[in-house]
Amino acid sequence: MFGPLISKPGSSRNNKTGSWRTETKPKLLKQNCIGCKMCLLICPEGCITGAEKNTYACDYLYCKGCGGCAAICPKADIVMIKEESKD
Amino acid sequence: MSKTLFVPGHTACAGCGQSMGARLVIDAAGPNTIVVNNTGCLEVFSTKYPESAWQVPWIHSLFENAAAVASGVESALKFLGTKDSTNVIVQAGDGGTADIGLQAISGMLERNHDILFVCYDNEAYMNTGIQRSGLTPFDTNTTTSPIGAQSTGNVRPKKPMPEIAAAHGVPYVATASVGFTQDVQRKVKKALSIKGAKYLQIHVPCPLGWRHESSMTIQVAKAAVEAGLYPLVEYEYGKLTAVRQIQPKPVEEYLKLQGRFKHLMKSPEEIKKVQAIADSNIEKYGLKTQA
Amino acid sequence: MKEFLEGSRAIAEIVKRCRPGVISAYPITPQTHIVEDLAQFVADGALKCEFVNVESEHSAASVVLGGVAAGVRSYTATSSQGLFYMMEVLFNIAGMRLPLVLTCANRAISAPINIWNDQQDSISLRDSGWVQMYAEDIQEASDFHMLAYKLTEDASIMLPVMVCMDGFILTHGIETVDMPRQEEVDKFLPPYRPLYKLDTADPVSMGILADPDYYMETRFAIQETMKKVLEKIPVLTQDFSKAFGRAYNGLVEGYRIDDAEKVIVALGSVCGTIKEVVDELRSKGKKVGLLKITTFRPFPAQKVQEALKDIPKVAVLDRALSLGSYAPVAAEVKAAFFGKKKGPKVISSFIAGLGGRDITKDSIREVFSLLTAKEVSCEFIDLKPELLKEKYE
Repeated sequence: MFGPLISKPGSSRNNKTGSWRTETKPKLLKQNCIGCKMCLLICPEGCITGAEKNTYACDYLYCKGCGGCAAICPKADIVMIKEESKD
Repeated sequence: MSKTLFVPGHTACAGCGQSMGARLVIDAAGPNTIVVNNTGCLEVFSTKYPESAWQVPWIHSLFENAAAVASGVESALKFLGTKDSTNVIVQAGDGGTADIGLQAISGMLERNHDILFVCYDNEAYMNTGIQRSGLTPFDTNTTTSPIGAQSTGNVRPKKPMPEIAAAHGVPYVATASVGFTQDVQRKVKKALSIKGAKYLQIHVPCPLGWRHESSMTIQVAKAAVEAGLYPLVEYEYGKLTAVRQIQPKPVEEYLKLQGRFKHLMKSPEEIKKVQAIADSNIEKYGLKTQA
Repeated sequence: MKEFLEGSRAIAEIVKRCRPGVISAYPITPQTHIVEDLAQFVADGALKCEFVNVESEHSAASVVLGGVAAGVRSYTATSSQGLFYMMEVLFNIAGMRLPLVLTCANRAISAPINIWNDQQDSISLRDSGWVQMYAEDIQEASDFHMLAYKLTEDASIMLPVMVCMDGFILTHGIETVDMPRQEEVDKFLPPYRPLYKLDTADPVSMGILADPDYYMETRFAIQETMKKVLEKIPVLTQDFSKAFGRAYNGLVEGYRIDDAEKVIVALGSVCGTIKEVVDELRSKGKKVGLLKITTFRPFPAQKVQEALKDIPKVAVLDRALSLGSYAPVAAEVKAAFFGKKKGPKVISSFIAGLGGRDITKDSIREVFSLLTAKEVSCEFIDLKPELLKEKYE
């Protein structure tokens, strides 16, 4: 039977929204991080992971480049860099 | 891979306050949760067939009936004897809550179902293109309350939805803001620890509809609270029990961050009216920090 | 066991035996006695069930949607405006392929407000994706609820079922009803085993957005399943007959039509009156008969063709209208014969019994007498011409 459109949990991962980024992406410098978790908590995509200080990473497959993490980081340890930069 | 229950790949706009709010809520609630969603942005951007961003059981039916669908889910869990080990959360936008969904919510609250209703308040119908709702603030420029020669935007203040919910005498009603993430999660956990009907209204900026930079979502949300325009309050059994105190800043500090209020910057008269709303909130809820 | 029961009581008794775990309803005449009786069963502990008193029919339908989505057999009942207020949810339930049973105590639609019987309410929802069965008497109405649950929960069907019974005539009428024992019902209708449900151990997403790449197939699938319903109902009625000893065709039922020259086609309780008139006219040598349509959705076009192909004159009696066009049932009966080699020479359409006006034996006699070689469309029976002369000035 086709019809009860039912989706499997977490299947949106198939949709790589990282392609939405236009100009900039966040770079997590991992220098002055205090592990406050704010970047992880406020990321609208849920694509920042990490636990201890200086371990946080961004999954660029999904990051839309909103810049919220860089704006909220209390230690300015996240910066927005040009999309084409190698870092 | 993150351990969130609301995973990447959804199609919310960059910087979406509602997707921040939704993740804070579901991750605070945990995996033993069933989510019932009204129609709206969150539903559309998180569950487009064949995909879903949810790691918990999730259902959407219509725009206005999630509180009633959740009442049915909760009743079924009671019948099965699994209610005590399962949270039921309703999610809706401000239109689905304060306008078209109000009747179903009132029924859910009055019957005191063991459900947490979460309203993500971005202060207009964003999914359909920024039309005003009952929770759109005074003087907001939206597509159906546009500014013009004879208009300074939305003519009415926000409907007092938290008070309406609290008037049902339910065990817990609170407001929160994505500008204060730990506070959101504390309130979700507190609500879920209480049996009965709960209402939580979370202020979630919408970069597209409010016209601010996508990186500014948290700052804008904080500024609303700090201006006294979004009081963070808690009610228990209809009584106001807690407020987040502030050192009030002028409303202009908040308004100037957003395109939807740009027209007010040339009109000190109108800013005074908005300030009066903030002052009234500060007075009414005792928001001002005592020196 | 045979009991002398009010129709509503019979429905409550049979629904109780079907063991729903969630019931939700909002009061509307003439549905009220059904849900009052069920509320009493719950209050007495005779039925273990969550009875949810809601603030509207929209929420009643939404509550049972949520109940069955969480894996529990659920039930609601309504009438008229209540059914219309549910409409949005009812389409949604069918589209989500959730198995539910709803009793519609048929009542006229406002304005003018009128609490009495016709079938405009359920007929207007014929495109909703719900199976619709119309009961002739209280026994049928009762039995159809067991069939309805069996049908809707069948893994190959998963479409909701509306059991329609004429308001007051059947809901408030009293008849002898053979009410099965709980063990018999349990044997016929085992506990609901959902194909899919809201379950934290297997967290699926239900009711999600379908863009143009997927939507059309969901509608096609319902259309195809409706064909399966036409095959399934006769199978279920056979099982039912073995279990309870009462035989139903379930789709259409002919009464003295084999050699008939004139046949009335109708739905619901009026079929009882028509049978009486048929017997009476037969005793006078008139070759008349009745074709009762039990299942109106899906429309059993082939069964209608088979039953009426040799009947020269057919009258379709509608208790509802499609204002500005052909009467609803008549249009479908006529469509069933379009382009067919064999079929009635005349298919005339009559309207009667709107807003509770009695359809008497005289009304039926008039239909037979107006069924002549001259085909008529939407011919109203029992109109009061003197009222039509009044003017609003």
